Amino acid sequence: MSQASVATPRPVHIRIPLREIVPWAIFAGVLALLVLFFVSTEAGAVELFGTNGLIHEFVHDGRHLLAFPCH
Amino acid sequence: MRTLLVRGLLAGLVAGVLATGFAYFFGEPSVDASISIEEAGTSAHGHEHSGPADTGHGHGHEEALVSRGTQSTIGLLTGVGAYALAVGGLFAIAFAVLHGRVGALRPRLTSALLAAGAFVVVVLVPFLKYPANPPAVGQSGTIGDRTSLYFAFVALSLTVALIAVGAGHALAGPLGAWRGGLLAMGAYVVVMAVAAALMPVIDEVPDGFPGSTLWTFRTASLATQLVLWTALGLVFGALAERVLRPGAAPAPAEAPAEAGRR
Repeated sequence: MSQASVATPRPVHIRIPLREIVPWAIFAGVLALLVLFFVSTEAGAVELFGTNGLIHEFVHDGRHLLAFPCH
Repeated sequence: MRTLLVRGLLAGLVAGVLATGFAYFFGEPSVDASISIEEAGTSAHGHEHSGPADTGHGHGHEEALVSRGTQSTIGLLTGVGAYALAVGGLFAIAFAVLHGRVGALRPRLTSALLAAGAFVVVVLVPFLKYPANPPAVGQSGTIGDRTSLYFAFVALSLTVALIAVGAGHALAGPLGAWRGGLLAMGAYVVVMAVAAALMPVIDEVPDGFPGSTLWTFRTASLATQLVLWTALGLVFGALAERVLRPGAAPAPAEAPAEAGRR
């Protein structure tokens, strides 16, 4: 029983080039931070839109349970 | 990269739905209990603004903007789902940067370790210093301070962790991966412990607030995050595995023996 016949080849490590990541990182990063801001902070400590706390009230339970400071 | 990002969002969506389900069954009872305490006014220093004139901010008052039924279902799903989606996207990017650079691990192992690490750095450590609070805990006057302190602590934790990862990677050369990694983790713990000791304490739990409700709320909150990150790490790992190791799945002639070994 030769081990060589079934030996697993060293896994090929695909490195995604940073040049390819950066634009996506900026794009998705900005969007993600915007979403996180609305879930976590809008109409709490800071209110950008005059929604009278609508967003805060709507995501209220999620905000509490995800451990963000909430009123 | 685009496929990875899409898969990150997908994994985030799955994680968000699971975490919402968990939060609905395990978190909502203590939220409801806290709100009824808040409304009964038993909390000694409750909301400064929750006088009779308050309209905008009540929980379940008659004239509330959003009903409790909506808050605890669609609202919860929206909040947790959006959070998970955003985290999923960021997770995919972090994974893309890390994979093949820090350690030579399989995609699903990288994903699982990244999720575990991110949970500790972004959720657990900040939670230990500034834990989640149910409604009725926390004075409305200090929301600004509490928010900045919380996010500052999260940012600090993230920064120190990134430096620690870089340092661990550099130390792995001369000291070996095990020692270098442990040293970096130890340094992270020490720095964060010192920072936590120096940063201001927030304790606004009102007198007479039931300890058991606080406990169940906080454990449920932490567990919700744990469900979210676990699901994210495992689902994304499985998806990334299929993108990054396309050779592993097909080629049925010789694959079975090989697949079994992996």
